[in-house]
Amino acid sequence: MANLTENKISTNGYSSTKEKSDNEYDFDEHVKKINVSPISVETLQVNITKLCNQACLHCHVDSSPKRTEHMDLKTIDKCLEVLGSDDRIKNLDITGGAPELHQHFQYMVKEARKMNKHVMVRHNLTVTHDPHPLTGASNLYLPEFFAENEVELVSSMPYYQEYFTDKQRGRGVFAKSIESLKMLNEQGYGKGNKKLILDLVYNPVGAFLPASQCDLKSRFKKELLDKYNITFDNLFVITNMPIHRFKEDLIRRNDYEDYMEKLVNAFNPLAVEGIMCRSMVSVSYDGKIYDCDFNQMLEMQIKKETEKTIFDFDYNELLERKILFGSHCFGCTAGAGSSCGGETV
Amino acid sequence: MNYYESKDLGKFADVGKFRKELMDKFFDYYNTVVGTDGALTKREKSLIALAVAHSKQCPYCIDAYTTACLENGSNPDEMTEAVHVAAAMDAGIDLVHGVQMLNQFDKLGV
Repeated sequence: MANLTENKISTNGYSSTKEKSDNEYDFDEHVKKINVSPISVETLQVNITKLCNQACLHCHVDSSPKRTEHMDLKTIDKCLEVLGSDDRIKNLDITGGAPELHQHFQYMVKEARKMNKHVMVRHNLTVTHDPHPLTGASNLYLPEFFAENEVELVSSMPYYQEYFTDKQRGRGVFAKSIESLKMLNEQGYGKGNKKLILDLVYNPVGAFLPASQCDLKSRFKKELLDKYNITFDNLFVITNMPIHRFKEDLIRRNDYEDYMEKLVNAFNPLAVEGIMCRSMVSVSYDGKIYDCDFNQMLEMQIKKETEKTIFDFDYNELLERKILFGSHCFGCTAGAGSSCGGETV
Repeated sequence: MNYYESKDLGKFADVGKFRKELMDKFFDYYNTVVGTDGALTKREKSLIALAVAHSKQCPYCIDAYTTACLENGSNPDEMTEAVHVAAAMDAGIDLVHGVQMLNQFDKLGV
C-alpha cells in the first residue's frame, strides 16, 4: 500500500530511488527492539572446502575450480566429536564449495550418520557429472551414496528453464542438473520419502528480490514434471547476499546502492525471528566458528575474550553470545525473509 | 539533462503536493488493483502492466514492471511475449483503422 508520508510507493512495481546514507544500512539499529539472541545450536554447518567445479556469478564463497582451501582431518574429527557430544545438535549441514570434492567427504557423512544425526549436503547437482577439478576422478557414484546414507540434499536450481540457470551458474549447468535430478529420482529422492529429501534452491538471477516461495514451488513442480518428469520435495527461496562476488558485480554495474536500498526498504520485522543465525553456527575450513556462512565469508568470527574455533566449542556459552550483524543481514530479512532453509515467515 | 530521469520515479508521490487527497485516492486504487492477488495473480497483473507500459512507452513503468515481473517469478520468455502482445495489439489497432480509409475511399468514389 502506498506510504505517502515516506514519499514512496512501496507496492508492486514502483519504489523510491531516494538516496540513503550508509548509516541507514545499520542493521543493529533496525533490530534493536527485536529479540535476536541465539535460541539453539540445532545445526552445525561446516564449510569443508572452497574448491568447486563451478564459479557462479552470485557465489558468496567466491568458490571456483582454482580454490584449494580445505578442512584437515583433525578439524573434521573435531567437528564430528562436537556433533556427537550434544543431543541438542541435531543436524550436520555440509557445504563448500562443492563439499563432495573434499577427500574426506564420504568419511564425514558416514561418521555423522553412525551417530544417527541428520545430514544435509549443499549439493550443486553438476558435480556428479564434472570430473574432479584436481584429480579428474568421476563423481557418478554420488546419487547412490547419498541414498545409501539417507542424506538430505539441498541443491541449487535457479530456475526451471535453461536461460536463467546457465546465466547464473555457467553454460551447460541446466542440462547437467536435469540429468542429476533424474538420477536422484531413480534413487528414490524427491518422492515424499522423509529419508530421501530433495530440496531445490532458487535465488534470483540478478539484482531483484525473489518471488513468493509458495508460488514458485508450484511453478517449479509443474514445469519440471511436465517437461522432464522430475519431482522434488521442497523449494527454498533465497535472497542474493550483497557480499563478495555478487557485491562486486553490483558495484561494477553501479547498482550496489539501489540493491541495498531495495533490501532495506523491504525489511520485515516478522522475518527476523526465524533468521538462521539464531539456531546454528558455521565452521570454516580452518575450524573458526561464525554465526552463519555469510559472516564466515566476511571473517566476522564469534568472539568472547578470544576468537572462537571448533576446538573451543561450548554449547551453553554460544547461547549467551551476541550475534554479529552487518549490512548484509538485510538480505535475510527482506520480504518474506531468507535463510539456508528458504523463507523465514 | 533528459526529460525522463529514472530517479524521478521516486518523486511520483510529490504530484500529491497539491490536492493530496486526489493522489491518495489514486494510490489506494492503484495499489489495490495492481499490488494484490485477486481474480488475477500479482504475477499476471505485472505482465499486463509491463505490456501496457510498452504500449504507452512509459520508461518509468518499463523499469518498474520489468523488476516487478521478475520479482513475481516471471521469466524473459513470458515478459517478451507480453511485449509482443502489446506490439501486436498496437499494430492491429493501426491496421483496423484502414477500414476508415476504405470507407473514405467509398465516399470519395475511389
